[in-house]
Amino acid sequence: MTIRADDIAAEPALPSLRDLFLGFLQVGISGFGGVLPFARRMLVEERRWLTPEEFNEVLSLGQFLPGPNIVNVSVIVGRRFHRVAGSVAASVGLMLMPLVILLTLATLYAQFVDLPIVQRATHGVSSAAAGLMLAVALKMGQPLRKRAWKVAIALAAFVAIGLFRFPLLWVLLVLGPLAYALAWRLE
Amino acid sequence: MNVVALAEVARQFLVLSLLSIGGANAILPEIQRRAVDVEAWLTNAEFSQMFALSQAAPGPNVLIVSLIGWKAAGYVGGIVAMAAMCAPSSMLTYQIANAWDRFRDAPWRIATQAAVAPVTVGLILASGYVLTRTIDHEWQAYLLTIATAIVAVLSRVHPLWLLAFGAILGAAGIV
Repeated sequence: MTIRADDIAAEPALPSLRDLFLGFLQVGISGFGGVLPFARRMLVEERRWLTPEEFNEVLSLGQFLPGPNIVNVSVIVGRRFHRVAGSVAASVGLMLMPLVILLTLATLYAQFVDLPIVQRATHGVSSAAAGLMLAVALKMGQPLRKRAWKVAIALAAFVAIGLFRFPLLWVLLVLGPLAYALAWRLE
Repeated sequence: MNVVALAEVARQFLVLSLLSIGGANAILPEIQRRAVDVEAWLTNAEFSQMFALSQAAPGPNVLIVSLIGWKAAGYVGGIVAMAAMCAPSSMLTYQIANAWDRFRDAPWRIATQAAVAPVTVGLILASGYVLTRTIDHEWQAYLLTIATAIVAVLSRVHPLWLLAFGAILGAAGIV
């Protein structure tokens, strides 16, 4: 059996701060309506900073904590290689270009917002985008269907925020402990 | 530069950061409630426009926050809003990641994760509903929203095509 060059090349070098910044910069401008799939591709497949199992664990931690999930992922990955400096490099790299692009777009948009055709097109985009948001919820809800208590908690959150427009803080203070107690007893 | 407005932007999003269980999509109704109803930084129609812009541009969903900050206090407001939205949750994440190995298999950690999932789904469903009610006023618009949701659930067509289709229908005056 011979050792192939591929096997040796498969062992990735530890990323520098610059690598972290540039890697997440690439992720930031890749995706529309969510960049998580692109983060996975960069971290696991292209640069091999994480194994698939490690990525799942980082993602589950990022989703379980408050804050934008993808920003949390960048903080955890950056910390792993370069502590605080790594977290800052990764998260700033992630947000920098999208922020510049979006504020530029918004400035351009402000020039043309009074044109009726621009207003009508925007209205069409926002109607479709609302549908995309509903689709995200429906897809995420699929795995919950087998557990009655999870369906009940999801519906309670929907009614409290969607129909009654209660402040989020109070909804979380009531539903959070309730969901935790149910999970503790039933899972 | 309006320092008072910037401070208010920072204050609102620092709080929202720690409330954003389930990510940015889950707190859109709360962002709308605070930005439109409480602070009057923008109208519902403008909120819908900012939502459309943020969805049609590349990058993470949380970026709508920068547009709200921009409406409230200009470019610096947009940057302050983004930083305030990310800083507290990132610091918390950093600290928890330090201790993660110790409690990864703890029962309370597993129960918390099981509890967060349905709350998140309910909140994102509420986001979709509140956005629909804010944006859609005629039956044609409701139809477009529902059709887009169905196509997105049942097929793997890229979301950008669905947004482009919405733009064409809108420009043509159909919705």
